[in-house]
Amino acid sequence: MSANPNLFTYLLRLADDNMVLSQRLGELVSWMPELEEDIAIANLSLDHLGQATSLYSYAGTMEAAGRDEDALALTRSEREFMNAVLVEQPNGNFADTIARQFLVDAYQVPLYQALSSSTDQTLGGIAQKAEKEARYHLEYSSTWLVRLGDGTDLSHDRAQSALDRMWPFAADLFAADQVEANVVAAGIGVDPRTLRDSFDSTVARVVELATLRMPTDTYERTGGRTGIHTEHLGHLLAEMQSLHRAHLGATW
Amino acid sequence: MSYDVPIIEGEAEVTFGGGAGAFPLWEVFVRASRGLNHVHVGSVHAADADAAMQSARDVYTRRNEGVSVWVVPSSQIHASDPHQKDAWFDGDHPYRHPTFYDIPDEVGHM
Repeated sequence: MSANPNLFTYLLRLADDNMVLSQRLGELVSWMPELEEDIAIANLSLDHLGQATSLYSYAGTMEAAGRDEDALALTRSEREFMNAVLVEQPNGNFADTIARQFLVDAYQVPLYQALSSSTDQTLGGIAQKAEKEARYHLEYSSTWLVRLGDGTDLSHDRAQSALDRMWPFAADLFAADQVEANVVAAGIGVDPRTLRDSFDSTVARVVELATLRMPTDTYERTGGRTGIHTEHLGHLLAEMQSLHRAHLGATW
Repeated sequence: MSYDVPIIEGEAEVTFGGGAGAFPLWEVFVRASRGLNHVHVGSVHAADADAAMQSARDVYTRRNEGVSVWVVPSSQIHASDPHQKDAWFDGDHPYRHPTFYDIPDEVGHM
């Protein structure tokens, strides 16, 4: 198949979101306060890993340079990763993890919904499967955000702090440039800015249910889509890629 | 192995497992497919019914085990007394099984 650089970059942006978030969630496995939540967080992590795998695999085809999903996930450097800066933020406390997840889910549900009708059948198929998973993720993170926000004074304060802390990074989910414009023109991709209304109404609804208030910070940290990351991504990649880089092609 | 969990001012003491302060226990029933009964598969700890449903889904239906889930607070289950097992369950009543009875030939196949 001939190379399609625009689609390659677009797919990498989608895939990197899921890969980095999967790694973050994976860090929590065996650390959750209850066995049940441990399994829930592992399920989330694996769902995102599965989405990343499918997207990387297809991206490799569109790059047509012989790189498979492992090569794309495990041999690119920090500046080559194009995930939104939100997903690389550290797990923090449980409220931080939930707030980050909730903001991602509120974006991914309408994203995958829109991508399900892509004229590209492969991407449409990946999105159809991912949309079901994202819907459950949103239900999980929403109910936890409501439970924390509408819980004790302490959990309320933690939830509010978490939402406020993650909020400036959420804007990066909606950053778009010529890559998006080109895949939208081809009927393949979605302009993330068109997802903002759906995202905003989901956030407003859940924030109200959770008795929280909308963050007032108007600062927006973007740049992830072109490889300008926060300090946290390099550390995450160093851990995630170390085994593969030390033992190239290792399998088990 | 034990380790200290840091307690932040205002936070209740954190405990794990079945100790005081742990989430309440819920019994989980899963229906494998349409037309079958919900079958007891185990239990989960969860803060409330919604969380119990999600935990049950995450713990017990990871590999397509079911199409429907029920959760019931374990405290609401009334259980038979193990010490009464003989009196309740060990009766030898072969005549309660249809195979106890000989069917006359003229009845034919039943």
